[in-house]
Amino acid sequence: MMKIFTTLIAAGALLLAQSVSASPAVDAMLKVYSHAGAGPFSAAAGERLWLEKYRHAEAPAERSCGSCHTNNLSDTGQHVKTQKPIKPMAPIVNAKRLTDTKEIEKWFMRNCKWTFGRECSPQEKGDFLLYIQKSGV
Amino acid sequence: MKTYQKILSLVAVTATSGLLFSAAVYGDDDGEHKSFFSRWQESKLDVAPVNNLTYREECGSCHFAYQPGLLPQASWREMMNGLEDHFGDNAELSAGVNQEILEYLLANAADDSNYKRSQGVMGLLRPGDVPLRITDTVYFKRKHDEIPASMVVDNKELGSLSKCAACHTRAEAGSYDEDEIKIPGVGRWED
Repeated sequence: MMKIFTTLIAAGALLLAQSVSASPAVDAMLKVYSHAGAGPFSAAAGERLWLEKYRHAEAPAERSCGSCHTNNLSDTGQHVKTQKPIKPMAPIVNAKRLTDTKEIEKWFMRNCKWTFGRECSPQEKGDFLLYIQKSGV
Repeated sequence: MKTYQKILSLVAVTATSGLLFSAAVYGDDDGEHKSFFSRWQESKLDVAPVNNLTYREECGSCHFAYQPGLLPQASWREMMNGLEDHFGDNAELSAGVNQEILEYLLANAADDSNYKRSQGVMGLLRPGDVPLRITDTVYFKRKHDEIPASMVVDNKELGSLSKCAACHTRAEAGSYDEDEIKIPGVGRWED
């Protein structure tokens, strides 16, 4: 009886862990970035990038990821110009996040250019994905 | 007698071909074979509502999905050609998605529309004018010129005239009726 319980709890824990971290889209993209020569990836590096501030000639002069997404990824963000709400980035509160490779690449392209003034490197993208994936957990 | 017959047949041929010709022209004018009923239904709305999912998702994720019928084709063409600097924002799309959205915009632009607001925008367009903002069209300005700055631009809850749906409660449906206006922090708009 005890054994069955332990097995059930272990299975439950495994399922929970999977639902939190496993994302086929993230795995696929990390593979792509690794093929491009990047890695190993780190959530801590992703967090540093997230918080980094960049200066621009045009308003808003100071830009970071948090300009629109806030620095708490479980919170709803707001487009800095149109004020349209942006759903939370953390997959744990917004299950749609990090589920579509095309969406991931599209927004990296747009948002890296707007925020950093250039495209993100495969290394930076991988770090971002790990950071976003574990945010709010 | 023979001459008379000749003239008669000539008249008959001319009349028939004339009828055929005018029918062809009329049919062409009818465009997508819309019935009078559907045209009448359309005419009750201000502008054709957005019915393209790609457009709604791609463009509507950052701002109100403005109806294509609020700007002419030339404007949409120029806009879709410069998405890397979209009013200071980067809104780049893949070539395929860009093309799909452009085709939707061109097919539903204000140019040949039967809708009231589309015709309004076109009617006041100056020759050679290619407005990139709906708020820059003469028609839009004329329609909003009585609203004091305190109610919109200086209104902390709004800040700009670009957020159609913030005041026009049925903007998404393509309705911009004056009776449906409710300005945040102000209330109903009485002209």
